[in-house]
Amino acid sequence: MKILIVDDFSTMRRIIKNLLRDLGFTNTAEADDGSTALPMLQSGNFDFLVTDWNMPIMSGIDLLREVRADVKLKHLPVLMVTAEAKRDQIIEAAQAGVNGYVVKPFTAQVLKEKIEKIFERVNG
Amino acid sequence: MEHKNSTEADFASAVALHAPQLQKSLEKGDLQEATRIIAQISQARERTLYMEVGRLTRELHSAIIDFDIDPSNPHAKEMSQITDASERLQYVVKMTDQAANCAIDLVEASAPLVNYISYEAQSLMADWQRFMRKDMKADEFRVLARRVEEFLSRSLHDSDQLSANLNEILMAQGFQDLTGQVIKRVMTLITDIENNLLKLVIMAGQVDRAVGIEHSTDDLRKKSAKEKISSSGEGPQIHADKLDDVVSDQVDVDDLLSSLGF
Repeated sequence: MKILIVDDFSTMRRIIKNLLRDLGFTNTAEADDGSTALPMLQSGNFDFLVTDWNMPIMSGIDLLREVRADVKLKHLPVLMVTAEAKRDQIIEAAQAGVNGYVVKPFTAQVLKEKIEKIFERVNG
Repeated sequence: MEHKNSTEADFASAVALHAPQLQKSLEKGDLQEATRIIAQISQARERTLYMEVGRLTRELHSAIIDFDIDPSNPHAKEMSQITDASERLQYVVKMTDQAANCAIDLVEASAPLVNYISYEAQSLMADWQRFMRKDMKADEFRVLARRVEEFLSRSLHDSDQLSANLNEILMAQGFQDLTGQVIKRVMTLITDIENNLLKLVIMAGQVDRAVGIEHSTDDLRKKSAKEKISSSGEGPQIHADKLDDVVSDQVDVDDLLSSLGF
């Protein structure tokens, strides 16, 4: 299971990386915005994408749209972990094809639940 | 304000003074006299305007002094309080980044120590139970005794290390005090700047009135509302619990998503 973590703050990437490691996911890579993440996804055989929304250059929502528009990547499970908390934004993300949405600040338990739920649905 | 009222009053009295003369000369058909009076009224108007502009220029100058910027200084930009505030906030970003990274470093350094204690304790416990059930040969027990000794000595060392790490994590939280102070200073500065800007806006309004310019505030509001909409996001919501269009926690998010069929 190879996971890409996309967030412009390195501390948040490290937190998510540590939480994922506790959940048994040790194969992770990091990118600091959508524009660096997209080529990594296109060439890197990732199984899962965790992305922030608000990032410079390419935002998480635009990255999500790019992923869904890419023939190779369109079925990639995407979890959005973000401080963006407007109802309209959550609906926008859902319409863009997000698989899960976690608002910051979050707990390890919430992240675990959402990831498990996504895999249940993907595998089921 | 008083000064402004007095200049307006001067103009009004000039008009009041000249109006009957103008009417009289028009009734007489003395066009030359009428033109001269109109010129006098016009001069009074210009005089008022000049005085107004002069006063506003002085106010503008004092407002700029309040901003602590000397526009004639080539380093005005570097000296501005806004630049200073940006540097202060940059310091906050740096301090919080350092503190967070320091805490994560220590957590990452502590995790293997805790994992060792947990893993080895479980393993020793299983063997210890075998020993208690008398289900262990003498040479196996010798191995177990050595492992227990090693475990105890390593636990002593590691618990010292863990305690030191926890202390360092605690100390790393000191950033809150320092960054809190900086943020409070910047907040004071922003309030000052807002007050000074407000003064400028009021002044600009007076200039507009003096020269008779009108702006459509509705258009300006529409324009700024349009500029706000973007896909780049808004960042954390500060009053999430008070706003209707914002979710206040993960339960709200889950409810909203399940209502959408998730």
